[in-house]
Amino acid sequence: MKKLKEQNKKKLGFKAAWLRDWRLWVMITPLLIWLALFAFKPLTGMSIAFLKYNPFKGISGSKFIGFENFTNLMFGPSSEYFWRAFKNTIILSGYGIIFGFPAPIILAILLHEVSKNSRKKIVQTVTYAPHFLSEVVVCGVLVTMLALNTGLFNVALDKLFGLFGVDFNQIQFMAESKYFRAIYTLSGIWKEAGFGSIVFFSALCGIPEELYEAAKVDGASRIKRILHISIPGITPTIVIMFIIKIGKILNLGYEKVLLLYNPSIYDKADILSTYIYRMGVQTNPNYGMSTAASLFNSLIGFALVILANRISKKFSETALW
Amino acid sequence: MKKKNNEFKIKPRKMKKKGSDLVFDFVKSFILVVFTIACLYPLIYVISCSLSNGAAVDAGKVLLLPKGINLESFKQVLTDKQFWISYGNTIFYTVLGSLFSMCVSAPAAYALSKKRFGARKVINILLSFTMWFSPGFIPLYLNYSQLGTVNNRWMILISFGIQAFNIILLRNYFESVPKEMEESANVDGANDFIIFTKIYLPLSKASLATVWLYYAMGRWNAYFWSSILIRDMDKIPLQVYLKQKIIDQSIVAEFANAIAGQQYSYNTIIYAMVVCSIIPVLCVYPFIQKFFVKGVMVGGVKG
Repeated sequence: MKKLKEQNKKKLGFKAAWLRDWRLWVMITPLLIWLALFAFKPLTGMSIAFLKYNPFKGISGSKFIGFENFTNLMFGPSSEYFWRAFKNTIILSGYGIIFGFPAPIILAILLHEVSKNSRKKIVQTVTYAPHFLSEVVVCGVLVTMLALNTGLFNVALDKLFGLFGVDFNQIQFMAESKYFRAIYTLSGIWKEAGFGSIVFFSALCGIPEELYEAAKVDGASRIKRILHISIPGITPTIVIMFIIKIGKILNLGYEKVLLLYNPSIYDKADILSTYIYRMGVQTNPNYGMSTAASLFNSLIGFALVILANRISKKFSETALW
Repeated sequence: MKKKNNEFKIKPRKMKKKGSDLVFDFVKSFILVVFTIACLYPLIYVISCSLSNGAAVDAGKVLLLPKGINLESFKQVLTDKQFWISYGNTIFYTVLGSLFSMCVSAPAAYALSKKRFGARKVINILLSFTMWFSPGFIPLYLNYSQLGTVNNRWMILISFGIQAFNIILLRNYFESVPKEMEESANVDGANDFIIFTKIYLPLSKASLATVWLYYAMGRWNAYFWSSILIRDMDKIPLQVYLKQKIIDQSIVAEFANAIAGQQYSYNTIIYAMVVCSIIPVLCVYPFIQKFFVKGVMVGGVKG
């Protein structure tokens, strides 16, 4: 046995390694082919950002124009839309961080304080469930419930106001941009807070029970136990989840925005990825500018992830890689 | 006897509940109950509405329990041929798609879990890179159309077959299989193919199920690229169908003349559609929940 281990540790020549490991290469080849075709080949398409792209001539036949697409995007006649989308992306992500991030943590901490296992199970089963619904179903139900005249929210509010004898003007939830961010953030919390709490909950379960017992004997109240045991105990998890969140600021869930927005609320709802999408599919598509915008988005996003990971490595033991 | 016993019993020292603890208990229960109800209520509301009389729903009379129970809305949904076509397509994409994903992911994850595998580091980095860096909409779209994914069922299966995160998850599982297993098999002359199929696969059934469910879930809920790449109505999955009906409101035009004086309304039909589309998920959810939780624990933070 020991010999075998040593053999494995020793650096083998190329030929010997191949003889030993060719089967592993066979096993991983399908993945490598897939990665080459669907993950790395499209990277070459990013060169479109520097071309005056002509769909009929392809990449090789299109004219190289340097950074013109970028200057057009950021300083050209339609630059206000780009900066609007950029601003909206940051604000919407910011809402997600300020309101969406603490929600699963609070949920996990409260759930940890529940002593009855059966109650815990019920809360967990119910709150995890929305995570499994598709965005289309969630947004479809949301749009229907927020509709004028027959939607649940307007009908219920109408009744509520009626109780106090106050006239109620129906709210155009989906047509007035001021509601969009709240709708997006709250529905996001509704869908993901439960499932997001799993990470924190399992971290809480890892805190030794004796700490709580000792604190109890010392007469610490429950709030004190949470502040001085629970929260410090899960701080590493909170830090790394926060860093992931920061790293993803520009990679917002665009599917949901795409399903919820409409031209009348673009001023608050249009984010970078939906702007990129629209530039690509509008009747007069601008492939070059769309790709330039996504290159901008991807590069900053990637830099943020790497930066976040670096910081995480410095301040806590945990890092993404 | 009884009396005696009582005499010796030491009264258990009751921890006095502090006032702040009582307040905390109340706040805690309140928040948890409210959030749980908030998660549950829309589901009950949707189901109740789908079973109710259309006029009652539109007038806001249905808030919790169905009023004027009838199955007319479901009849309208289930008699639509396109609904069944889309449903069949989704089942096709989900079953075969997740099968393809597993056939590629499981062997690859096995290879990546072996420390002696020379290319391990490089491929791991490449995988992580695909998770954090997207080429963007246009390059991806052009690539898909070059490879013939547009309107092609089989290419849809392949094009969206791999999720880097799932492979990393599976690799983490395989890494936790005790090395002694493999070493003893090695002595007996087993090669990697045999070790993989005879030892690793049977040992990690639960983990394989977890990853398989992640893939299947992704397929079942997939919307964006399907809506762009699939143009033929006989190939669209359920989510694209639901989007057209509910969010684009094509349903309104369809029933424009037939809605008055019926048992159903737009709302009840929409809710009936939603119920039909989530029933399979709801039915298996109690059984698969633990697998998803397990997946988060193993792969959650790192990825």
